[in-house]
Amino acid sequence: MDLRFSDAQPTEAERDVILACVPDVETVEVPGRVVRSGHAARSQRHLLLPALAAVQAQIGYVSEGSLMEICRRLMVPPADAYGVATFYALIRTEPHPPRVAHLCEDVGCAPFGGDELIAAVTDRLGPPGTGTDGATWAPSPCLGQCDRAPAAYLQLAGQDDQVMVGADAADADHLVDALRSGAGSDPDLSFPQQGQDGLELLARVGVVDPTSLDSHHSHGGGVALRRALELGPDGVRAEVGAANLRGRGGAAFPAAVKWNAVAAAPASTKYVICNADESEPGTFKDRLLLEGDPYRLLEAMTIAGYATGAEHGYLYVRGEYPVATRRLEHAIAACRAAGLLGGDVAGAGFAFDVELRRGQGAYICGEETALMESIEGHRGEPRNKPPFPTDAGLFGAPTLINNVETLFDVTDIVADGGAAFAATGTPDSTGGRLFCVAGAVHRPGVYEVAFGTTLAELLELAGGVDGELGAILLGGAAGSFVTADHLDVPLTFEGTRERGLALGSGVVMPFDAATDLGRIVTRIAAFFRDETCGQCVPCRVGVVRQEEALARYLGNGRDPVELELLADIDQAMTDASICGLGQTAASAVRSAIRQELV
Amino acid sequence: MTIHEPPIDRGVPADPAAASATVTVRIDGQDVTVPQGATLLDACRANDQPQPTLCYIETLTPVNACRVCVVEVEGSRPLVPSCSRQAEDGMVVATDSDRVRHSRRMVLEFLGSSVDLSLADGEVADWFAQYGADPTRYGPPMPPGDGRDHRHAGHHHAPGPDAGAETVEQPVKVDNDLYVRDYSKCILCYKCVEACGEDAQNTFAISVAGRGFDARISTEFDAALTDSACVYCGNCIEVCPTDALMFRSEYELRQAEVWDEPQQEVTTTVCSFCGVGCNLELHTQDDRIVKVTSPKDHSVTYGNLCIKGRFGYDYVQELSDDLATTPIDEVLRAARTPDPDDGRS
Repeated sequence: MDLRFSDAQPTEAERDVILACVPDVETVEVPGRVVRSGHAARSQRHLLLPALAAVQAQIGYVSEGSLMEICRRLMVPPADAYGVATFYALIRTEPHPPRVAHLCEDVGCAPFGGDELIAAVTDRLGPPGTGTDGATWAPSPCLGQCDRAPAAYLQLAGQDDQVMVGADAADADHLVDALRSGAGSDPDLSFPQQGQDGLELLARVGVVDPTSLDSHHSHGGGVALRRALELGPDGVRAEVGAANLRGRGGAAFPAAVKWNAVAAAPASTKYVICNADESEPGTFKDRLLLEGDPYRLLEAMTIAGYATGAEHGYLYVRGEYPVATRRLEHAIAACRAAGLLGGDVAGAGFAFDVELRRGQGAYICGEETALMESIEGHRGEPRNKPPFPTDAGLFGAPTLINNVETLFDVTDIVADGGAAFAATGTPDSTGGRLFCVAGAVHRPGVYEVAFGTTLAELLELAGGVDGELGAILLGGAAGSFVTADHLDVPLTFEGTRERGLALGSGVVMPFDAATDLGRIVTRIAAFFRDETCGQCVPCRVGVVRQEEALARYLGNGRDPVELELLADIDQAMTDASICGLGQTAASAVRSAIRQELV
Repeated sequence: MTIHEPPIDRGVPADPAAASATVTVRIDGQDVTVPQGATLLDACRANDQPQPTLCYIETLTPVNACRVCVVEVEGSRPLVPSCSRQAEDGMVVATDSDRVRHSRRMVLEFLGSSVDLSLADGEVADWFAQYGADPTRYGPPMPPGDGRDHRHAGHHHAPGPDAGAETVEQPVKVDNDLYVRDYSKCILCYKCVEACGEDAQNTFAISVAGRGFDARISTEFDAALTDSACVYCGNCIEVCPTDALMFRSEYELRQAEVWDEPQQEVTTTVCSFCGVGCNLELHTQDDRIVKVTSPKDHSVTYGNLCIKGRFGYDYVQELSDDLATTPIDEVLRAARTPDPDDGRS
C-alpha cells in the first residue's frame, strides 16, 4: 500500500508517547527504498484510538505531527486517522488548553445545581475553550454521576484525569484550583443500600477492597470460576439458560441465546466484550460496579470466555470514568500476575485475557457494533445488522458482548445455579435489577431491587420525591417520561412493555412540578443532535430537524404544525435509522408531547 | 445530448436461472426467484421494480447510509435497506407500504432541506414528486454557520424559536485545476470515500471527519487536495450522485453560464495513453472536451480511470491565445491557468 504522509513531525515529547503505545514496526531495507512492514503494521490498526488517546492524555491535543507519526507506524492513511480522531469529543485535533473541566449540562445535573456551577466557572475561566493558565471548561453530556450532581470530569494533560462530584457553585474556586493543580482526589464510593442484607449485585461494593486481589478472594471471589470449571462450558451455558438472564444494557436480549450462538460458531478465534461504555443520560449503575468491584467483572468475563471458547476479551470503559479505568487497569494487571488471566487461567488449561479500551467521548460507542468499530480503530459508526455480532462481530469473528451488570449476574448464576437466580423476580424478568434513581429524590443512588418492584415502591425506597412530582424520566434519554399515573407500573421487562415503556438502562429520574420540563426535553433533543454519529440520513438530519421543530413549538405558542413535523420526523427516525440511537431518539420527546407535559 | 454508442460488449447480468442455488422472495405479492446472495434490491430489479437509491452504486460496497431504498420486511420491526439486505427464502417484502413511502419521503425531505440537490442525478426530482416530499416545510434555510470543517464533535449552537432549517452550506473548495469540491451539495453517501479507498483507487486521500450533522468529507486536517494524497484519478467525481464533485472545466463553464448540456455530444473511444484499453466517454461542447467519463458497466474500467484518461486531454485541443478559438475557450483557459494569489505555480 502506497500511503502519502506529510513531513510534519512530532515533538520529542509526542514521539515518546507514541513509541510507548505503538511498537516500532519492522523496517525492511530494500535497495533504493525503505519498506516498513505493511501487513505487520496494518494488523495493529486497533491501536489507533489508544495511540490518539495517549497523545491527547499527555499533550492535550493531537497535532499534525503526532497524527502523522501514528499513521506512519500503523500504516493508516492520514485522512482516515483524522476522520477517527475528529469523531471523538475527548480528542482535540487543534491546539487547545491542556486542562479541561467537562461540566455536565445534562438532565441530571443542570436543574440540580449544574447551571449555577457552569455560571460560576464561566465567571472564573471565561467561555468554553478560552481560559488562562491552560485551563478551560467544556459543556458535557451526562457524566454518569447523577446521584451526586453537579458533576465535573477533569481531563488533565500529563496527569491522571479526575472527577469532582457534588460540586455546586460555591465549590467553583475549589474546582478551578483542582483543574489547575491536578491535586483533587477520587470521590468516595457510596450508595444508599450499603450494608443491607440480601444484595446480590451490590453485595461486595463498599465491602471488598477494589484494589486488592486478596480482598476479592477473601470475599468470595473465585468461587464462581471454580464452579464454572466443574460445570464445564456446556454446563455454564445451561445455567445461564436456566436463569433466563436478559441483558441489562437496555435491549433486554436473552443472554443465553448469545452465549450459545458464540459457543456453537465454527471459528477458531472468538471474542468476549464487556460493554462498560455507560453513557445513557441518567445512568450510573455500571460505574458503581466498576469502581467498587472490578475483580468480579473480570471473573465473569473469564467465565464467559470459558463458556464460549473465546480466548480474547475486551473491556470497553467509558472515557469519562477515570477512577473505574484505573481500578480496572490495576485489577487486570493483578489477575495476570496471579495467573487468573493469560495462557493458562488458574491452571485449568484454557486461555483468556482481557484488554482494556477507553472510550473517548462518544455515546454511540455504547451501541454494540459501533463499539466494535471503535475497538478496531475506526469511527464509531454502527453496522447494519444482520450479520449479528454472534456471527460476525469484532474483527469479523463471533463475538459475545454483554453489559457490565449482565456479567455481574453471571457470577451469581454460576455459583448458585440458574434456577436459584430465576426464583427471584418474575418468570419473564428474572433476578434483580439495578436502578439509577436521581433527580428530585431524597436519597439518590443506585438501588438493587427484585424485578417486579413498582415505580412507587422504588421511589419510596429512595426516600420519596423532593417536592410535588411533575414527571419521571424512565429508561434514560432514549426512554420515556411518565407521570403519577404510572407509579403502579411494575418495573419488569414485560410490565413496562405492556404500558408502552422500557426499562432501558434502569434510569428513574423524577422532576418536581416546578421544573420546566420543556427545558429538559429540549436538552434531550440537543443530546441526540450532539451524539448521532451522522452515518444515516434519518438520524443525522432527523435529530437536527427534531431539535429545530421542538424549539419552534415551545417558543412560538405550541403551533400544531410543528407537532405534525415532529410526528413525521419521529416515525422516519424510528423506522429507517440504522441503529438504536436513531430508532429511539424521538422517544422521550414523543412521550412528553403526548402527555402534554410541555 | 447526442450519444454515439460504441459497439462494445458491456457485460450481461448473470441469468438467475443459470445459478445453481436460488431463493424466492415475495415482493408486493409477487414471487421473485433470485440467485442466493442477491440483495432485495437485486430481486426488485429482477422483477422490474426499480427502487430509489442514492448511496448505492453497483461498483462499490453498499454502505446503506442514505436509507432511501428501505423496504418493509415481515418480521422486522425497523425497515431494512434493500441495497444490502440479502434476500432469504420466504421473505415477504413490501416496497410501497405507508411506512416505506413515509420514510422515503422523509429522507428526501431531510436531504432536500439541508443539501443543495439542484444538480443531483435526474431521477431524484422524480422521486420528490413520487413520494410527495416537500423540503420547504422545515422553514427557510438558516444562514450557513462558520467553520464547518473545524467543528468539534459533541457541540453545537442550539436553535432558537425562530429556527429555520440548518443546512450544510459552505464555500466551494477550488484548490486545484482539475476538479472542485462543493460540499454544499454533499449528501454524505460515502461513495467518494469508497472510490478513493479499497473499492477502487486505494489512495485514501479522503475520509468522513467530524460527527453527526457536522460530519463532512475531508482530507487530513482539511488540507488542500494539492497537499493531500489525491492522485486526481477523478473516480470520486464519477460516483458522486449530486455533482458535489465536479470537473473544474464544468464548474467554470457553469459559473460563466455557458455550460450547455443538451448541446453536448458524448463520444466513446479508447484511451490512447497505455495498453489497458480503458473506454473513455468524451463530453464535448463547441468541439471542446469539457468532461471525461467511463462507462461503469465497462468490463475494463467499471467507470474508473486514471489521471491521464480523466484529465489528460488538453493535447488534443489547443487553447492557446494565438489560435482561433471556440466560444468557450476563454473560460476553459481560465480553469487551467494558475491563480497567482494561491501560492502555487
